[in-house]
Amino acid sequence: MGYLKISRVEKTFVAGNRRTEVLRDIDLTIGRGEFVAIIGHSGCGKSTLLNLIAGLTEATKGGVLLEGREVTAPGPERAVVFQNHSLLPWLTVYGNVRLAVDKVFRTRKSRAERHEWTLHNLDLVQMRHAADKRPAEISGGMRQRVGIARALAMEPKVLLLDEPFGALDALTRAHLQDAVMEIHARLGNTMIMITHDVDEAALLADRIVMMTNGPAATIGEVLEVPLPRPRNRIAAATEPAYLRARQAMLRFLHERHRLVAAAE
Amino acid sequence: MQSSVARQIPQETAAPVQLARVTRLRIRPAARPAPRQWGAGLAASLLPPALVGLAVLIVWELATNGPGATLPPPSAVWRDSAELILRPFYVHGTQDVGLGWRVLTSLERVLYGFGLAAVTGVLLGAIIGQSIWLMRGLDPFFQVLRTVPPLAWLPISLAAFMDNRPAAIFVIFITAIWPILINTAAGVRNIPADYRNVARVLRLGQVEFFFRIMVPAAAPYIFSGLRIGIGLSWLAIVAAEMLTGGVGIGFFIWDAWNSSRLTDIIVALVYIGLVGLLLDRLVAVTGRLVTRGAGGV
Ligand SMILES: Nc1ncnc2c1ncn2[C@@H]1O[C@H](COP(=O)(O)OP(=O)(O)OP(=O)(O)O)[C@@H](O)[C@H]1O
Ligand SMILES: [Mg+2]
Repeated sequence: MGYLKISRVEKTFVAGNRRTEVLRDIDLTIGRGEFVAIIGHSGCGKSTLLNLIAGLTEATKGGVLLEGREVTAPGPERAVVFQNHSLLPWLTVYGNVRLAVDKVFRTRKSRAERHEWTLHNLDLVQMRHAADKRPAEISGGMRQRVGIARALAMEPKVLLLDEPFGALDALTRAHLQDAVMEIHARLGNTMIMITHDVDEAALLADRIVMMTNGPAATIGEVLEVPLPRPRNRIAAATEPAYLRARQAMLRFLHERHRLVAAAE
Repeated sequence: MQSSVARQIPQETAAPVQLARVTRLRIRPAARPAPRQWGAGLAASLLPPALVGLAVLIVWELATNGPGATLPPPSAVWRDSAELILRPFYVHGTQDVGLGWRVLTSLERVLYGFGLAAVTGVLLGAIIGQSIWLMRGLDPFFQVLRTVPPLAWLPISLAAFMDNRPAAIFVIFITAIWPILINTAAGVRNIPADYRNVARVLRLGQVEFFFRIMVPAAAPYIFSGLRIGIGLSWLAIVAAEMLTGGVGIGFFIWDAWNSSRLTDIIVALVYIGLVGLLLDRLVAVTGRLVTRGAGGV
C-alpha cells in the first residue's frame, strides 16, 4: 500500500512552443514516519519533485497519493520548508509562525492555546528569544529555523524540506540537523528532504533517493541506511553502514552520473 | 550563534541611520554623531536654501522694481497682502476669510477625491494585477489617461454630473487615480512567487490573501503610487475649484485674477506649494512607517 505514493509521475514544462521534460517515470513509495533524502545534481528536478508532492505544481502524467487520496492542491498537511526560507518580511518571527497557527487551528484551538502553540514551536527551534524581531534583523540560520518552526507548527503529516540548510555554515548546519532529527524522533512524522550534502543524507535519512541528471531525470538508485536511531554524528561517522552509504552516493554522483560541463 | 549576533548589529542601527541620511552624506560622522555635528548638519541643510531664497527675492525685487514691470515686486506683495501672510485664520465675513481657512476647505475636497481614488485605485489595481491579460489589455489606456491634465476633465465631469460639487471631486479623483492604480497593479504582479506559495500551502482565502499577503507585499509600490496621487490631486485643486466657487484656495486664485489682485495670487501660490510639500511628506512618512521591514530580507 504505502503511505505516500508517487506513481509514474512525469513533468514537462511548456513555455510557448518550448517543451522541457524535467521528470520522467518517477515511482516511489514512502512509509509513514520514514525519513527520505533526495540527492542529485543542481537543476535535475529535485525541487520540481518536491513541489509535486506539495501540490504546488501539477504532474503532466501520473500522480501523488497521500493515504490513498490524490494530491491536487497544496495544504498544511504537507508543509514545506522552502529553499530560501520564504518568511514574510513584514511580519515578526512570532507573526510568521502565528499566521500558520491561526490558519490551521482556527477552530480547534482557543486564542490563548494558539499563542502557546506558537511559542512552543519557536522553542523547538530555540527561537523564542527573537520572537519580536523581523526576518531582516536575524541571521540566515535563524531564518531557516523560523521557517522550520512555521512548518512544524502546522503539525504536517509530511514535512517537505527543500535544501533547508543549503546556505549555512557547517556549525549551524550540524546544530539544525540535530534539531531536525530530534523533532523527527519526537513527532514521528514523515520527512522528505532535498540536500546536496552526502554526509547530511547519510546521517539523517532512512532511505536515500538518488536522481539522474536532467533533462528527463528519474530515480537512479534508492539506498537504505540501516543505522539505528537515535543517531550520533560522531559515532555514525565510523559505522560501516554510514560509510557504505556515503561511498555509494559519491560513486553515483561523481562517476556514474557526473555532471558533464560541456552539456550545459 | 556568534556570527549571527555580529550580523545583527548593523541591521538594528539601520533605521536611525537612514533617518539621518542627509547628515551622514554631507559630513560623514565617525561612529557616533556628536551633538555639535548634528547642529552642523542642520545648518548645512538649512543654510543653502535660505541663501537661495534670499537671492531669488533680491533678483525678483530688482527685476520688477522698474516702472514698466508687469509683475509686482516682493516689497509690493508685502505692502498689499501682509494680512494674508500674517493672519492665515482671520474671518471678516462668510466669503472673506484667511488663507488658512481656505486651505482647509480645499484640503477637505482633495481628501474626498484622493480618498476615493486611493480606495478605488488599490482595489482595481489589485484585481488587474492578478491577470497578465487584463494588465496587457488595460495598461496602454491607463498610460494615455494618466497624461490628461485636470483642466481637460473639467467639461466632461460637469456634463456628466450636472452639479458642481461632485464634478469638482470627480476631477480630483480622475487625476489622482491612475498612478495609484498602475503602481498597485505593478506591485501585485511583482509579489514574489515564494509568498504566493506560502499562501497556497496555508490555504489562505481570497480576502485573507488580499489583506495578509497582497497589501503588505505591494505596500512599497502602493505608497509610491499614493505619493504621486496626492501630489496630482493637490495640483488639480485649482481646476476643480474654478467651477465650485466658495472659499477654497483654488477659487481664491481664480477670483483674485478676476479682480486683478496679483499680490494675493503670489501669496496663495506660496501657500499651495507649502501645503503640497507637506502632503507629500505626510504620505512619504506614512509609507515608510507602514512598509518598515517590507523591503525584503
Ligand atoms: N516553472 C518552470 N518553467 C520551466 N522550467 C522550469 C520551471 N521550473 C523549473 N524548471 C526547470 O526544471 C529543471 C529542474 O529545476 P529544479 O528547480 O527542480 O531543479 P533542482 O534539482 O531543485 O535544482 P537545485 O539543486 O539547483 O535547486 C531546471 O532545468 C529548470 O530550468
Ligand atoms: Mg531546488
